[in-house]
Amino acid sequence: MSRDLSLHQALPEPFDLAGPSFSRLLERHLPDALPEALARGGEAIPHVEGTTVIAVAYDDGVIVAGDRRATAGNVISKRDMRKVFEADSTSAIAISGAAGPAMELAKIFATELEHYEKVENGPLSLEGKANKLGQMVRANLPMALQGLVVVPLFAGYDMLADTGRIYEFDVAGGRYEEQRFAAQGSGGRDARGSLKARYRPDLGRDAVVDMCLEALWDAADEDAATGGPDVVRGIYPLVSMIDAEGYRELPEDELRERMDRVVSARQQ
Amino acid sequence: MGMMPYVSPEQLMKDRAEFAQKGISRGRSVVALSYRDGMLFVAANPSTSLHKVSEIYDHVAFAAVGRYNEFEQLRVAGIRMADVKGYQYARADVTGRSLANAYASFLGAGFTEGSKPFEVELLVAEVNGAGVELYHVRYDGFIIDEDRHVAIGGSAEAINNQLAEHHDPDADLDAALRTARDALAANEDRELGASQLEVAGLDRTRGRRTFFRLPSERVSAALEG
Repeated sequence: MSRDLSLHQALPEPFDLAGPSFSRLLERHLPDALPEALARGGEAIPHVEGTTVIAVAYDDGVIVAGDRRATAGNVISKRDMRKVFEADSTSAIAISGAAGPAMELAKIFATELEHYEKVENGPLSLEGKANKLGQMVRANLPMALQGLVVVPLFAGYDMLADTGRIYEFDVAGGRYEEQRFAAQGSGGRDARGSLKARYRPDLGRDAVVDMCLEALWDAADEDAATGGPDVVRGIYPLVSMIDAEGYRELPEDELRERMDRVVSARQQ
Repeated sequence: MGMMPYVSPEQLMKDRAEFAQKGISRGRSVVALSYRDGMLFVAANPSTSLHKVSEIYDHVAFAAVGRYNEFEQLRVAGIRMADVKGYQYARADVTGRSLANAYASFLGAGFTEGSKPFEVELLVAEVNGAGVELYHVRYDGFIIDEDRHVAIGGSAEAINNQLAEHHDPDADLDAALRTARDALAANEDRELGASQLEVAGLDRTRGRRTFFRLPSERVSAALEG
């Protein structure tokens, strides 16, 4: 049963080790509001899966991109799903795996960062954010054992070091920093191969965006659960960039143009 | 066990109110006033890190005077409540009114039942569509729906009179800031330059998170303009 938090319960205790953490606050006062509580015994539950997400570092920051398809078994259950989210003004979380818990993770994580920033009057360091996300992925392990696997990618601009950074995770909460690029999800392997073949350390922002679109195309070409560009419905991959100016998403017009160029280059 | 002398409830409440008022009137004031794009808070506060004004949620802000340790606890509790509510329902369901009511009942209970009343006074503001809401919660839990501007703290009454005369809800940010500074300065026995002011507010043109804080250089520029 889900209840509201009263002001009395919400009062902070001195030297509380949970500190300014939103997810710890939920754990303590409203455990039923957390997704983990759903996982109690039984077999794998049929669910919707989201698929390929990638992140690439370049000189000014990072580009994060994802396809838009969600599947349930053989069925395409959603064609315009969002897998890349603004975690806060300087970072993004991209999700793959079981769609429901994954979107919930992205939402709790974004709330966690905003909550910390408001309570402490300043943001967490990028490394602090990545560590927190690792703990949240690990907390999802009981659900992962039932087949509801959630594996995010985290990327952002490190204001302390003036550079973009990418972090990958595994189901057990392991956190790995990647220097160049990362890919996750069912088409992640194909996307990684594509990125590996095209990546050069001196690429500019435009070239990196094109490389991401190529990689998502290659993933969609090989993996049935990854969606290619949907020209009929006008649905294109979602691409966001994070640099010293912060998080922003590329406008659809630009993506359509770039995607058309990628496609026509392949037709020749 | 010693006998407690009889004190009438009237006298008890009066003593408690006097105690709280005394604590609050020692501190410097905070002014809230609406302006063209939302709500502006200006506080006489020389500290750049111990704030009197704070972001609570997308459209909701908090300001306080009195004992810092007491209102800091209430500020964090407000952020926690708002974030939990927005997470469980939807962001649009977090309102200034419900937060102000929570503060009012909490302070009211503390006033009548606590070992000592809270020595704080709070403001909760919300910007929405075209309007603003401004709630003033007193140390005893009394809640007032203010009409677009109010001052709390030491010389609140005199500042309020001046605001009533000069406040222009259609003013731009810089003009509103000067009005607030003039009202504060006229009732404090000292010069109020940018370094003595904490300036923050809610600007409905800013996107999802409407809260902003003006850095000191920006405040000086506005005051000179």
